[in-house]
This record gives sequence, structure tokens and C-alpha cells, in this order.
Amino acid sequence: MQAFEAIVIGSSAGGLHALKTLIKGLKPGFDIPIIIAQHLSPHSENYMAHFLDQLNTIKVKEADEREKILAGHAYIAPPNFHLLIENDRTFSLTVEEKVNYARPSIDILFETAAEVFREKLIGIILTGANHDGANGIRKIRFFGGFTIAQNPSSAESDTMPKAAIQTGSILKTMELEEIAVFLNSLLN
Amino acid sequence: MTNSVYYEKDDSILQLEMELLLEAVFRQYGYDFRNYNKAHVKRRLVYRMQQLKLESLSELQHKILHHPQVLALVLKDLSINVTEMYRDPAFYLSLRKEVIPILRTYPFLRIWHAGCATGEEVYSFAILLKEEGLYERSQIYATDFNTEVLETAKKGIYPVSKIKEYTLNYQDAGGKNSFSDFYTARYDAALFDPELKKNIVFAEHNLVTDSVFAETHLIICRNVLIYFNRTLQNKVLELFNESLIKGGFLGLGSKENIMFSTVQDQFLITNPNEKIFQKKIL
Repeated sequence: MQAFEAIVIGSSAGGLHALKTLIKGLKPGFDIPIIIAQHLSPHSENYMAHFLDQLNTIKVKEADEREKILAGHAYIAPPNFHLLIENDRTFSLTVEEKVNYARPSIDILFETAAEVFREKLIGIILTGANHDGANGIRKIRFFGGFTIAQNPSSAESDTMPKAAIQTGSILKTMELEEIAVFLNSLLN
Repeated sequence: MTNSVYYEKDDSILQLEMELLLEAVFRQYGYDFRNYNKAHVKRRLVYRMQQLKLESLSELQHKILHHPQVLALVLKDLSINVTEMYRDPAFYLSLRKEVIPILRTYPFLRIWHAGCATGEEVYSFAILLKEEGLYERSQIYATDFNTEVLETAKKGIYPVSKIKEYTLNYQDAGGKNSFSDFYTARYDAALFDPELKKNIVFAEHNLVTDSVFAETHLIICRNVLIYFNRTLQNKVLELFNESLIKGGFLGLGSKENIMFSTVQDQFLITNPNEKIFQKKIL
């Protein structure tokens, strides 16, 4: 199996609970970097990084501009910024227009991550009530990365995983707990 | 903005074409995007390439060199023109509470909004200065490299549909009046009080290629540095340092910082969350 170098996750409505379940399921010492775009109200303080960090599985923090992506860390896009991946594997942020009514946009994160990590990237679409992330999933598959959608029938909001599946670019549909088990299995 | 996926397997060719295009734009027209963060620039150029139904960035370069109207489109794509009134109200509240009391001690103020885009934040701060009784002794410079957005800024007309959100922001920013005192709504447009423009000079200025034009007491430059690489961030921060008087203030965007920059030791932190810094008096 190819050695994966990064995991990108997109989530929207119901995302906090889903991310909690997923991250809680990871083995301590899980070392593939995780980068998350979760739709949030532009005015929300980012309590989310703090909340997920307290689950004590991996280090969770808000992504900073020009920050280097490190193993053993999960990064969350700051509210009201798009999060992009640069070729030197650092983050950059922009405030350009919303994409799919969202900032952060899952598509922007996924598409820029796909160009950098190519076949060594896993893209995961979780619960959400819009179509963000579908184009990103297409691009990840185009570059040979691995793609997963949360099972729409058990997702809090099924529109987003359904839209991702409809692209024909999703390789696996799984329950949240199964996603965690799968990710753990990638570690030796 | 469309969001179609661009399928280019060979990223090294795309990178090369992008670098050549940016070099061509700089050498022919003087606009320097060579030190912008690449991921964003690539997205925007590919977007324009697709809109014009071109096959490659090399073709886009050709169009830019031979058709200045294509350059205008690309400049618009690469300029940062998403803003709002009292964006991040806590930033303005902090200016009001922590910076205004010190600015009040000067007989005359020069304030520079660098990268002002369509001007929403310029009017926001002009209103704040009025409410604090400092407007009459202030000279405000609002600059951007994009002349098209400056024209919008000069008009001071914004969509009525945004006013509800701006009003909430204004209140959260410590606004002292009714926000509707400052604009006249007609149909779908809100015209801001032309009196607010009296002491504002809107001017073309490029942070990447132009130099300091005035000694200033406060510089507000928000969500511009995030588009630049470290080298260019340092260059622009040094420009600000040169413009500011000793004891002058610098307000950046919420994810921007002077930490780890070459001017780090020249500033004190006034508000770490709102990214407001004061140049040391020494």
C-alpha cells in the first residue's frame, strides 16, 4: 500500500460531532498529518481546535499562515479564511470570495492539497448540507489519491457525502468508526 | 467564481509557466506578483485561463502581453478586494479603546489604509474618528495598486443588502450613534455621507514596488500580508516601519503578525489578539 503523507477532511453541518467521533477513534501516536476544513460561522471563535485537542489523541490546532505541516498534528482552517497548501508543504490563507457559499471552502483545501500530495493524499467527506468538496474529491482521485465518504444514511446531514459519491470519485463509503479503524490500519 | 477542476498532471510545467508569466507581467507592466504565495496565484491564473477558454498559462501570458485589457482582468483576479465594514469588530473596538487615547495627544494625525480595496474599512474608521472627535485633525490616505477598486472606494456606495450585517458590526465595534446616521439609502444602494470623504485622499500605491510617501501615526493594512511570502512580508513591514513615527501604531489582519519578521524588535504588542502593534519610542 502507498505511504500516505496527508489526510484532508471536509465537514459542514453536524461536523463537530462527526470529527469528535473520528478523532477519538485514532490511536495515540497517529502520525499522518490531518488538515480539516469545517464550515463555521464567520464570527465564531475557534473553540473547535481546543475542543478536539482535549480528546488527547493527536495535537489539534488552528492552521497559521506559513506554518509547516508536521506529522502527528491535525490542523483546522481558521473561520472566515480559505486554507491552501503550498508546494513547500506550508499553509497559506486567503480571504477571497466564498466558494460554494463557504469560507473556508473544502474544495480549495482539497484541490490545493491534491496538487501537492498527489497519490499520497487521502480525502474524506463527512456530514454536510451542501455540495462543497465534490470538486476537490474529483481532483484528489485524478491525481491518484484515496477518497472516502461518510455513509450518507448515518450522516447527520447527507447532502455533502451524497454529492461527493455522485462524482463517481469516491472509493469507499464508511461509518465514522470504520474510517478511524481504516486510518489506524495505515500505521505499522 | 466558477470552480471547475483543472486537470494538469505535470505540475512542474504549470509552475514554470506561472513563473514566466509573472516575470513577463513584471517586466512589461511593473506589477510584481513574483513573491506572492503560489497556491493562490496559481488558482487565480488558472481560473482566468479557463474563463478565456485558453489551453495553458503560456497562452494566457501571450494574451496579457499583447492585450492590455487581459492584464486588467488578471490584476483584478490577483487583487484582494473582499472586505466589509468593521470587519472583525473587536479590532475596531481595540483601536477605539487602546489606540485612540494615545492618538488624541497629537495635534495632527496622518492615517494610512494600505491595500484599502473598495474602501469599506476606510469609511468604518473615518466614522470612528468622527465619533471620537478626531476626524477634523486627521489626514487619511487610502491606497491600493488596483485603480478599479479605488474608483469604487471613492464613491462610497455599498449594497443595501449588506447594511444589516454592517450595522451589527458597527455596534460590536463600539459605535456610539445610530449607524443609519452615516448613510442615505436609496433603492438598493447606501451612499455614505460625503462629508466622511473630506479628509480622505484615495491614491494608487503599490506596496511591492512603491516607496514611503508620508510620515504616519497609524497604518491599517489588513489581510494583505497573508498573500505574500516571507521575503515580501518583511519588505512591506520595513516600509511601514519607515513610514510610522516613533510611537505610531500598526494594525494587521487577525492571522497576520510581525513575529518572526525583520521588524519584530522595533515594535511593542498593544493587542496580541487583534494584531495591533506600536513602534517603539526608543
